Amino acid sequence: MNIESSIWKKAIQTGLIGGVISLLLGVVGMVAAFENTYLISGVITMGQILILAPFLFESYSAIRHASSKQPLNLLVVGGLTGLMGGVVLAAFIGFNQLLNVRSVLINVSPDLITQWTFNLPLLAGVLVLLVAALITGMIAAGIYLLPSRIRGALSMAVLVVLALGLFRDLIITVILHWGFVQYIFLWIFAQVGMTIPGALVVFVLVGGLVYWRSGIDQKAINLRRSPKRQRIIRWGTIGVLAVIVLLLPQIMGMYFSEILDDVGIYVLMGLGLNIVVGFAGLLDLGYVAFYAIGAYTLGVLTTSEAVGLLHLSFWAALPLALVVAVFAGVVLGLPILRLRGDYLAIVTLGFGEIIRILVLSDWFKPLLGGSEGIQRIGQPTIGTFVFSNQQQLFYIILAGIIVAGFIATRLKDSHLGRSWMALREDEDVAEAMGINKVITKLLAFGTGALFSGLGGVLFATKVGSVYPQSFSFIVSINILSLIIIGGLGSIPGVFVGGLVLVGLPLVLSQFADFVYLIYGASLIFMMLSRPEGLWPEARRKLELRGEESGPSPQENPKPATSDAGH
Amino acid sequence: MLRTWRQRVTLTDVFIWLIGLAIAAAVVWGTIKTLELHLYTGSGWADLTIRGLALGGVYALIAMGYTMVYGILKMINFAHSEVFMSGPFAAVFVALGLSKSGFLDRQPVLGLAIIAVVAMGVSAGIALLLERICYRPLRTAPRLVPLITAIGASFFLQYTFRGLFGSGSFGYPAIKALSGSFTIAGIQIFNTQAVVIGGAVVMMLILFGIVQWTKIGKAMRAVSEDKEAAELMGINVDQIIVFTFFLGGASAGAAGVLYTLLFPVVNFYMGFIPGIKAFTAAVLGGIGNVPGAFLGAIILGLLESVGPNLFLTGLGIPSPSQLKDAIAFIVLVLILIFRPTGILGERISRDKA
Repeated sequence: MNIESSIWKKAIQTGLIGGVISLLLGVVGMVAAFENTYLISGVITMGQILILAPFLFESYSAIRHASSKQPLNLLVVGGLTGLMGGVVLAAFIGFNQLLNVRSVLINVSPDLITQWTFNLPLLAGVLVLLVAALITGMIAAGIYLLPSRIRGALSMAVLVVLALGLFRDLIITVILHWGFVQYIFLWIFAQVGMTIPGALVVFVLVGGLVYWRSGIDQKAINLRRSPKRQRIIRWGTIGVLAVIVLLLPQIMGMYFSEILDDVGIYVLMGLGLNIVVGFAGLLDLGYVAFYAIGAYTLGVLTTSEAVGLLHLSFWAALPLALVVAVFAGVVLGLPILRLRGDYLAIVTLGFGEIIRILVLSDWFKPLLGGSEGIQRIGQPTIGTFVFSNQQQLFYIILAGIIVAGFIATRLKDSHLGRSWMALREDEDVAEAMGINKVITKLLAFGTGALFSGLGGVLFATKVGSVYPQSFSFIVSINILSLIIIGGLGSIPGVFVGGLVLVGLPLVLSQFADFVYLIYGASLIFMMLSRPEGLWPEARRKLELRGEESGPSPQENPKPATSDAGH
Repeated sequence: MLRTWRQRVTLTDVFIWLIGLAIAAAVVWGTIKTLELHLYTGSGWADLTIRGLALGGVYALIAMGYTMVYGILKMINFAHSEVFMSGPFAAVFVALGLSKSGFLDRQPVLGLAIIAVVAMGVSAGIALLLERICYRPLRTAPRLVPLITAIGASFFLQYTFRGLFGSGSFGYPAIKALSGSFTIAGIQIFNTQAVVIGGAVVMMLILFGIVQWTKIGKAMRAVSEDKEAAELMGINVDQIIVFTFFLGGASAGAAGVLYTLLFPVVNFYMGFIPGIKAFTAAVLGGIGNVPGAFLGAIILGLLESVGPNLFLTGLGIPSPSQLKDAIAFIVLVLILIFRPTGILGERISRDKA
């Protein structure tokens, strides 16, 4: 009896948390921002998903942790958890009815209330909300009870439908160039989101495909192939990917190419910071300083305005800018690299702020333009060809990413890379093994500064001007979040993180106001539940997971040397 | 003898000492030049000093949160600047309400007390939530992990407040009873400055008393000394950590109210700069050390208000007060390089990062 009651208590607790999360999403204005973002035209909006999704997640987690796994029991636990979430929202609606809280909480508009009550009259709406919450919780139980193969197919299908609905604008822009194929897609998509039959077809197709594929053991097939065929397949995939990447600006059009450039610059800097934080374990919060130094050096050297110094061309100024950035990295690094990790974070943060304050000050105004910044920065040219628009600049940025990615990949398993990781794991032991602490750390810091400076150079030439406002602390946090969420120390993770964290909010402008809220929440969430990131590095995963349970045998059959293979 | 000396000193040390010497020379040269210029009168310097003391008092109260948490958990609570922001931000609505009803003018002491209690309560609540959600599950994790969580929490809190209350600033109502000023020995002191300095000193004394003379304070010191041993002695470590966060949060909330007496505006990003400066103060005084935090904060406050005018004017730098934040950061960098243990800090064992 005692165990029974503790299950219900747990369910109620989890449900209340879900309710608070859902309430928070509404009160900070996220639900209202997605009010008209229909995922499936006329059926469901992103706002409604945001209301109900916390209930689903919390119910699912309550069910997973429930001590008794009887279906009926789980159904009740799920329902109860969901219902408690609904009760929180309903209680808030009631409270708001008594005491209008809008004078304090600006986002609690009548609009939000009608969304919470599904456009129904208040009392009926609250009832429907409670029922919807209850059903959502029970659905979570239902999902849990399904066989894992069906569950995987189902969740994949739902995700794809939601993603297609959410990214309708991007997809439409892309497929408009595709001739007759566009008609199929235009049938799937409505004015906002997907059409109902389109969503159904995609759902069934994706679900069926995933279900069918999950039955096949991909690894076994791959092993049965001859090494030569495997190689052909691998190079073929790489070739196709390369062609797609080269054509991306043409496919995406001008507007989305600009977003692509932004993502590219962040990925480039992420690759650099990944060396500093991910490989060497030095938490650098002032990464933006080198970005600013790179951008401003290029600006000062190439601008055609009077504030400029030498009026060089882009290519002549580029190496100078990089040298200045690396020099700054070394000068800053020398004194502070002896400090402990958390002090290092604060000092680098301080350094980033010092740079921004100096740039903004009247002291450096004659050289750096103060708050007016520097305009008319030189653009890269090859012969007579000028890389002037966003689509052409993509190739310059791509070249930068390739260089950075190559260097990072090669460094990772080199002598230096191993020294970095040794220092990250245990400084004293590494030193005892003959690793020169200062030089090794300094090299990490310098390499990071190099890539950050390159990012700054590309940013300056992309925008054509530099302003101090572009170099606030938030940039450092952006890049840090990107590499952490992608997976510290993992190079593919940087790309994943860049696309998700920088690309997503730029494509979906409704997210713009909530970017940092989501960054913050996901940093906390990642550290608590998945510290190795979305695309983890093998060794890091071992390190972070190993503390509690140790590596499970099927997860890592070979020792860590296996990651040298790819 | 000479040979061992030469072996010990590396190129890095030489480089660092050169930087230090250069900065010291610039400070001395600038000061001399400034004093030669006779730009400010004696009372001008006195005004700046009083302002610095008031600022220092506020920093001291924020620094308490950093230093106590560091003392016990050996981690930097990076989100403490948002703990500081949340109290006065929530209390501004109470203050506006009290001001509108005229209560604040009729009963300024009681009104201010209510505002302070609300601010301290909210800040302490946020600090407790932080501890429970973000730090407690990660106590045994590698050092980098809770630090990243703290950064995430800091941003989450900032932008949650922005989402809840909007991105604009809210003005604190002026309190009529505190609008005047008085003169002591030819130095003009504003009433608000006097209240801030007095309030900060009283709060510091209370905190010091709690840590030094109460049973729970003794337990706090024991936990910060050796967690395992304290646990064996029957101290509930979890409870002590919670209490520490509570104390730090409440003192940050009080600091927030005093801060709004000096700068009567609140917004969602107000915590960042004072937070970093308070951290600098805590490091300057010796992190983990309560009187050290107070000392460090006063020094930093003075450096920040007097420093730009004193050091930089003489060097011919235009509008030096623009650089006051940079001075705080440079102090932080220098202190960490030359004396990481701070002014009053004991020789702490150099734990690994």
